[in-house]
Order: sequence, then structure tokens, then C-alpha cells
Amino acid sequence: MISYPRWKIVLVAIMLVIGILLALPNVFGEQDALQLARDRAPMGESDRTALLQLLKDKGIATSGAFLDQGRLTLRFSSKQDQLKARDVIGEAHHDDFTIALTQASKVPEWMRNLGLGPVKLGLDLRGGVYLVYQVDINGAVKQLLDHYEQDFRASLRNAHVTYQDVQVDYAQNRVRVLFRDADAFAKGKAAITADSRNLTFNDTTVEGAPALDFMLTPQQIRDRQTYAVQQNITILRNRLNSPELAVSEPQVAQEGVDRIAIQLPGLQNSAEVKKILGKTATLEFRMVDESDNPLEAVATGRVPIGSKLYYTRDKQPVLLKREVVVTGDQLTDASFQPNTQDGAAVSVSLDSRGAAKMLRNTQENIGHRMAVVFIDRSREKNAQGIDVDKTTEEVINQATIRGVFSNNFEITGVNPIEGRELALLLRAGGLAAPLTPIEERAIGPSLGQDNINKGVDAMVFGTLAAFIFMAIYYKVFGLIADLTLAANVIMLTALLSLVGAALTLPGIAAVVLTVGMAVDANILIYERIREELRNGVSPRAAITAGFDRAFSAIADSNVTALIAGVVLWSFGSGAIRGFAVVLVLGIATSMFTALMGTRSLVQIVYGGRRKVERLSI
Amino acid sequence: MEFFHKVTRFPFMNTRKVWYGLSAVLIVGSFVLLAVRHLNLGVDFTGGVVIETNFSQAPNIESLRDALAKAGVADARVQAFGSSRDILVRLPPDPTVRGELIGAHVEEIFAKIDSGVKLLRTEVVGPQVGQELFERGAWALVATLVLILIYVLFRFTPKLALGAIFAVLHDPICVLGFFSLTQMSFDLTAISAILAVIGYSLNDTVIVFDRIRERARSARRLTVAQVIDESINQTLSRTLMTKLVTLLVVVALLIFGGETLHGFSAALVIGIIAGTYSSIYISSALALDLGLRTDDLLERKATKPEEIDGLP
Repeated sequence: MISYPRWKIVLVAIMLVIGILLALPNVFGEQDALQLARDRAPMGESDRTALLQLLKDKGIATSGAFLDQGRLTLRFSSKQDQLKARDVIGEAHHDDFTIALTQASKVPEWMRNLGLGPVKLGLDLRGGVYLVYQVDINGAVKQLLDHYEQDFRASLRNAHVTYQDVQVDYAQNRVRVLFRDADAFAKGKAAITADSRNLTFNDTTVEGAPALDFMLTPQQIRDRQTYAVQQNITILRNRLNSPELAVSEPQVAQEGVDRIAIQLPGLQNSAEVKKILGKTATLEFRMVDESDNPLEAVATGRVPIGSKLYYTRDKQPVLLKREVVVTGDQLTDASFQPNTQDGAAVSVSLDSRGAAKMLRNTQENIGHRMAVVFIDRSREKNAQGIDVDKTTEEVINQATIRGVFSNNFEITGVNPIEGRELALLLRAGGLAAPLTPIEERAIGPSLGQDNINKGVDAMVFGTLAAFIFMAIYYKVFGLIADLTLAANVIMLTALLSLVGAALTLPGIAAVVLTVGMAVDANILIYERIREELRNGVSPRAAITAGFDRAFSAIADSNVTALIAGVVLWSFGSGAIRGFAVVLVLGIATSMFTALMGTRSLVQIVYGGRRKVERLSI
Repeated sequence: MEFFHKVTRFPFMNTRKVWYGLSAVLIVGSFVLLAVRHLNLGVDFTGGVVIETNFSQAPNIESLRDALAKAGVADARVQAFGSSRDILVRLPPDPTVRGELIGAHVEEIFAKIDSGVKLLRTEVVGPQVGQELFERGAWALVATLVLILIYVLFRFTPKLALGAIFAVLHDPICVLGFFSLTQMSFDLTAISAILAVIGYSLNDTVIVFDRIRERARSARRLTVAQVIDESINQTLSRTLMTKLVTLLVVVALLIFGGETLHGFSAALVIGIIAGTYSSIYISSALALDLGLRTDDLLERKATKPEEIDGLP
């Protein structure tokens, strides 16, 4: 009798069953589907019932519907049904939802409810767009200094203090206010500190005249930079979730200190997205110049001093005051409210600085009109096909101030379609720092499918070659190795499904490589057993010795591969990570299956016999 | 079936000068190639634009180049890859041309020649990203080597560890030389293949070393050279068999994996072959020439408890 603890065999069996269960969702395949999301609110059970009823009434059969992370996915058995359903829903719920065409797994409901799902496919397999943007964090700090400069000037002006100049020194992160004499300095300092209480100032003298210095602390600079990146992430997320784009499961994440990586799986028309993401739009709230006639200004070509000529979206001229009330980066949120007391409205939130300015402005200007200017810096191709920067400024909304407000207010008097767009533009308009695209990878869906096919081919043929070789070379033990190899692939699939790591083409290559390396452990054990048999050891002892003595070699070799895998994981990005994840997980599963799995099978085949004459190895 | 029924008796140690010579040729050759021909760095590292398109019928590459030049897309390298209908366009990194819409732009230009043209893939990598990826790749290589050195030092005597590290260094150099020779595009996946090779090629070295340690304990009357020779010969079958199966699988990857994985699989094939060679011929021989003695191997016995405790 060869002894091997029964509990270990049981453990192997349990792990295998769990592995099969976790890997099972991968066998169902995919179907055409629609993914619906609501702007800023999760989809619910009621939406599901309503939409299913709607489709049923229109005679479109769905083959599945489930809610996941606030998104509703509807599956269809044919492409025609999918497109028909999109049109029907789009008509009935005009821009209530974002509707994205996608693919969804046919995993049965009960499995999904258990939280089981198939392996996620990376962009190179699904097709899609990967973008990396560089956030100009230093630009964000400059912007902040500019704001302070304007604030200080405004405070001095409001207090009627004469001053020489307000200078910004970007290199020193400093704003300096220059005064003529001590009297003006005292008044000016009082005015500025009263308006900006939480800032600290230093008194100084420049060429004999008194001056007031404000300097950003390193902490303030860091905060501003972090804020700029975070703010941009929020804005990009909002833009991507907008109904006009219809992207399923967009991902926006910070990468490194000052970069933002965006993944848009399954995206087919990338130009549209890039246009919207690449927009560095900003907003300004300005008061309307109601005392002059804009048509006259256009006719004469003379714009009154203190005003600036703008046009609305329908090309009507408007005169606005030069002074900016609030800029877009002080806007923290905007959302469309279809049903308020005053009809449809857009609700706007400002940060504290913006709120203070808005409070002062509304106190002074009740009953006057305020306008929102949308400044869009987009890139367009000129006649030569070269991209050029283009700035357009448009008045997107004018409304009368009806009361005093600060950080939260509503823009009323908008129609539903306009209001939705205004909310989107307002949200989109707040980029805290300019973004530059620095990396872009777009993979068309046909190439994705092609990659899957090639990867699967390589995997099938590679594994088959290893299977056949092992069976011929090691006979029964070879077949045992084949079984454990199959178990290894199943458990690797299970782990990948469980951790939710995206499978990329290099990831598939890693699966193939794992198969090749997993066999190593079996070969090491078997060669050791053969060696022991050659030395005249009994089959029973040879098996024990083979497993025992090969262990340290197997462990050592896996540790070194693990080191390489972990380094790859920490240094790599994107597709390389996909490779590293599979490599590391594969090492774990192959150690388990090769050592415990093989040992258990050998025990099952040979353990029960009273006397083992010879081994089929 | 069995290829190695009898334990072989190759005199690896006596002939080691020959193998050193071969290794020297490979390494010096690789460095010369790298110095003269350099690496054909992929867009990942140089920055720039790569656009893959698929035509409905094989186009005339010259006319595509002209069409691009006329439309103001300068310095485009146009070549077929895979089949003659698959056309790859490479553009140099140029800060004035924004990558955002370049893919669609090229597709538009090509569509005038062949209306059935499809845009398969666009990659735009900014020059600073390319530089950074290159540095990160280099750091990953260094970090892996250092960590593995630490592990091997901890696991074996210093002389064996040095032999192992040299053998490990040997392999990526050969792979780089191969990439320089063939001018295959060297990209991020090639770096990951090299890292995998480093991790993997140490396996055989470790197996040989394990055996050397084991033999040194049981056969004390043998000289170190004899112990090493015996150990390499005894483990030869498993070294070759494991590599053979892995190669089988990797060759499947090379054949079926497609263009994207070509560099990756090629790096693995070369790396595995070089790794097998270096762990058989170089690593132990170097340890011997570094003055490895039986004492070095026995010393560890006292400090190292039996490893077979707690086995499955």
C-alpha cells in the first residue's frame, strides 16, 4: 500500500469542484445585447419590468435581462432584435437612458445571482479604445495663482484702495501686491485679508515701497495638483456617461501622479469620443450689459467699454460685462431636474470660492440678467489635414437673477432637451487643468475577434501537443499528468473569473506558457521516479521518493518564475499586466495541481493495490 | 518510451573551455550586433503612430505612400504585414501632429483607393511615454535580476549563486542579439517575454544545483568536478524533457498566435534554448572556476534542515 492522507485527496476534489463551478460561466458564450444606464442614477427593478413590457408589446423577444452595478443589460437572440429594441427604447424614452450596443454572456440567472461570471476580456480581445491623458498639474497651480490675483484686485477695487500693481510670480508660486505708501498698504491689506480670511500674507518692501506677499505652501500646491487630477477624473467620467456617447462600462482611473487612463471597451466609433474627451471646454458666468444695444454694437463695430460682444447658439449678439462672476472650475456639479416647481431646471453647485462670489454678485444684481458663456477649445483638421486648436465662445444660457444665492442654485426656464444639454455642457465645462492625450490604442472589433481566435488556436494546439507528448512518453503517468493539466487550466480560468482580471492576448500567451511550465513539475517528479526505479528501488518507494525529492526543485523553480511575474506586474501596464497576472496565478494553480493533484491521482490508481509490480511510466 | 534509458556520461567539466568559447562568441556577437544594428524598437518605445488596416484586395504600396504624402501625412512608412492585404502604416512621433484623429484620417485617405478598407488598430504613443516605457522596461529587467540574485544567494552558496546569475544574464543578451540580428520589432511584449525567460531559465540551473548539493553530501570521495559532471548528466533527461515540452507549446504560440505575439513567442523560443544551454554548460562550470569546493556544499548541510518536512 502506498499511503497518502485521504483528506488531501478530498481537498483536491473539493478545490476541483469549486474550480469547475467558478470556471463554468465561461462556456455559455455571448449574445448581442443592449446596455442601458441612466444619467447619474442607477437603473432599478421597475425599469427592468417597464422596459421588458415595452419590448413585449412591440413584439421583440428578449432572451435575458439583468441589473449589474446600476446598469441594465438586455440580451437578444439576433442582431436585428438588438437594433430594433434600441430604436424602440430610444423612441419611447427619448434620452432618458444611455443605450450602448454590446455583447453579454449567456450565463444563467442563478449563476449570475451567485456572483459568478465569465472572464473579462481585455481591450485587445474585445476591441475598444485605451487612452492616456496627461494632466497639466502645473497649469492648475498657475490657474489658482491667477484666481488669487483677480481676487486681490477685486478686493482692492471694491474697497477703493489705490495700488500700484498685483504681480504673479509662477516660479515662486507667489502673488505680490505693490502699494505706493504705508497708508494705502494698511487699507489694502485690511481689504484683502477681509475677503480672503483663510490665507496667510507676509508684509514686505519692494524698492522702498510696502508690498503684500501671498505664497502658496507646498501643501497647498500638492492639494491643488491632486484636486486637478481628481476633478478631471470626475469630469471625464461624467462626459463618458453622457447619453450621446453610449459607451458600455467606461473605466477612468488615475495612473501615476498626473495621468488618467481611460478604457472604453467595445467602442467602435472612437473619433466621436476623442472629440468630446479632448475638448478643453471652460465656462464663465458673466452679467449681461443691459444698458447698451448689442445690435447697435454689431452695426457700428464699436463695443462699449467694460463690455464684450458675444453670440448665442442661434447667432444672436449679446453684450456681456467684462468682469467674470464665476468660472467653470469653481463649478462642482450640474444636473438636470425635469420636474421642479418652476418646470424643468438645471441645478448647479459651486465650490466655496465660487459661492462667495456668487453671493456677492446676486446681492447686488437681483432682477438683472446673468449669462453662461461656454468656451470650447477643440481641435479641428484644417484643409491640409493638420489639427489646429480652435476656440469658440458661445452664450449658452441667459437667465434673470430672482433671488440671492451662493453655492446651490437653479437655472430655470429651460426646455427639457435644452436643459439636459446645458447640464451636460456645464459639467463638461469644468476641466480643472488642461489635458493632453499622450497615448492611445484603438483595436477594432474584427481584430479583437481575430486575436481571440489566434489565441485560442495557439492554446488548443499547444496544449494538445503537450498532452500527446506526455501520454506517449509517460504512459499512465502521462495520462495522469494530462488530467492534472486540464485541472490546472480549469482552476486558472476559475481564478481569473473570480479576481475579475481582464484577459489580454499576452494573457492568453501566459496561459499557454503556464501549460508548458506546469508540465515541468510532472516531468521532474516522473524523471525522479524513473531514476529511483533504475536504482532498483521498489515502485512504492520510488513514487514516495519521486514526489518528496522533486519538491525542492519544483518549489525553487517556481519561486524564480514568481519573482519575474511580480516584477512584471508592478512595472508593467495594460497588456503586460494581463500577462503578469496570468503568469502569477498560473504558477499558483500549477504548483497545486502538479503536486497535490498528481499525487492524489497516483494514489487513486496505484494506492489501492496491495502490491505494485511495476509502474506504467 | 524513454530517450535517456541510461545515464549519460558527458564530460561537461573537462570540455568547459569549448562551451565558454561558444558563449563568448554569442555574447560578444550580440553586443556587436546591438552596437552596429541596434534594436528595431517598436512604437511602444520610440513613440509615434502605428495604424493597421485591412484592404479588400492587395493594394499597391507605392500608391498608398503617395496618397498619404499628398494628403499631408509626412514620413509615413507603409508596409504589408502578415498578408498582402494587411497594411501597416508607421508615423514618427511628431508633436505638431495630434494623434487623436490620425487613424480615422488615414482610413479616409485609404478609402479613396479601396472603399472596403477597414481600420484594425491604431496606436499613438507620445515620445515621453515611449521613453518612460523603455526606462520602466529596463528597470524591470534590473529589478528581476537583483531579486533573483538575492534569492539564489539565500538559497545556495555565493559561488553557485554567481554562476547562476551569469547563466541568467547570458539569456536575455542572446535574445537581444537575436532581435538585433533579425530586426524584429522589439516592443513591450518582448520585454515581458525576456522577463519570463529570466524567471524560467533559472529553473534548470536550480535543478542541477540541487542535485550537486545532494550528490556532494552522499558521494564525498568524488572531486567537485566529478560531482558536477555526474549531477548534470543525471538531471540531463529532465532538463531536456521539460524544455522540450515547453518549446512545443511555445512553438504552437509562434505558429498560431498571430502577428501580435510574434516577437513575444520568438523571444521565448530563443530565450528557452539559450537558457537550457547556459544552465547545462555554463552555470556550474563557472561556479567550479570560481573555486567551488566540496566544503562549500557541505557547509550548508549543517545550517539547512531537511527540506522534505511538510510535504504534500
